[in-house]
Amino acid sequence: MEALIHPDFKGLVVILMSAVFVNNYVLQKFLGICSFLGVSKKLDQATGMSLAVIFVMMLSTAVTWPIQYYLLNPNGLGYMQTIVFILVIAALVQLVEIVLKKYIPSLHSAMGIYLPLITTNCAVLAVTILNVDKSYGFLASMVNSLGSGLGYFVAMVMFAGVRSRMEGGETPESFQGLPILLVAAAIVSVSFFGFAGVIENLFS
Amino acid sequence: MKKLGILINGILKENPVLVLILGTCPTLAISTQASNAIGMGLAATAVLVCSNIAISALRKVIPDNVRIPCYIVLIAGFVTIVQMLVRAYAPALDESLGIYLPLIVVNCIILGRAEMFANKNTVWDSTLDGIGMGLGFTLALFVMAAIREIFGSGTFYGHPIPVLIDNHISIMTLAPGGFFVYGCMIAAVNKFSKGKAIKKKEFGCMGCPSAAACGKLSDASCGKEREV
Repeated sequence: MEALIHPDFKGLVVILMSAVFVNNYVLQKFLGICSFLGVSKKLDQATGMSLAVIFVMMLSTAVTWPIQYYLLNPNGLGYMQTIVFILVIAALVQLVEIVLKKYIPSLHSAMGIYLPLITTNCAVLAVTILNVDKSYGFLASMVNSLGSGLGYFVAMVMFAGVRSRMEGGETPESFQGLPILLVAAAIVSVSFFGFAGVIENLFS
Repeated sequence: MKKLGILINGILKENPVLVLILGTCPTLAISTQASNAIGMGLAATAVLVCSNIAISALRKVIPDNVRIPCYIVLIAGFVTIVQMLVRAYAPALDESLGIYLPLIVVNCIILGRAEMFANKNTVWDSTLDGIGMGLGFTLALFVMAAIREIFGSGTFYGHPIPVLIDNHISIMTLAPGGFFVYGCMIAAVNKFSKGKAIKKKEFGCMGCPSAAACGKLSDASCGKEREV
């Protein structure tokens, strides 16, 4: 097994903070744009979707990381990563939905409608693959997933706020709908540049 | 003639990026350099053509209830093949595409075309559709990357451009520039087609290619998105 990164507590905080702010999945890495533009219309929907994403990201990391290091790598099947991961994520999402529906119907009605959307959300697949690419240890992977999910949450909530302000404004005809949303997203993503450099120097 | 129509359809009238608004994530992320855009476009085209052929050939075999998982497995298989080929023959491209290469699996264009076209049409038509859609994707990606590269880094395909190289606007190659240029391009398509072209005015359940599969269409939950 190749050398994995096992950072100390300080390192974990840096991973968490940089996943949330510097390498924000939505606004800096363009992952999960479809759901970002689709579900951010109302604040409550944005929150529900983000919580579901955080949950699925952490769960799929917890499952795919051991698969990669205890099943695929020892057997020389590293190239099966993409197929195995997407299937595991799809199966997990289905499983979670079934379990929620059966045992916690109240949570299912709040979060369940977002779950099927998550299977094809590239942010979830990306976080599991990136954790392996960066050879993070298990704990670091989980922290990175949590951070990525929180980053998605922050971006969604911020953008839901921006969108609610935009509704009253008058937009040129050809910019109505999607184009103005993308321009607004551009401005929101500028705001994240303010964090660049802050996190790396947090403890130095 | 009809065959040609299918091919052209994907490139212009139903351009996946600018008209159908599919595959936004790789479009925004990869379009910083024209060379990356071509590489990404061709990789996605290869996967799209292969998956369209396979899915339309198997359309009578795959049971309707489990078609989405079957499609995903097929697509993931082709993506893995492309990934290995790129890694072996174009390592520099592999480096610059990075995570977005395996993410072709969840690219909505591919699943979307499988669901919208390949499972209803013959192998030959689906092949043409795959080629057309793939070229349309590549073309849109290339135009967007060219705009961002020319203004953002003052180069085109790596070659410096006289005046712009000294006056480049670096934010164009960064994340905000991607959103901004994409927004402007959709607005331009809107303008020239007098608002007729863009079929998807809003993102929502209805626009999602897996909408039919997600089973929420009849639920009230999906309608919440739909009534916008």
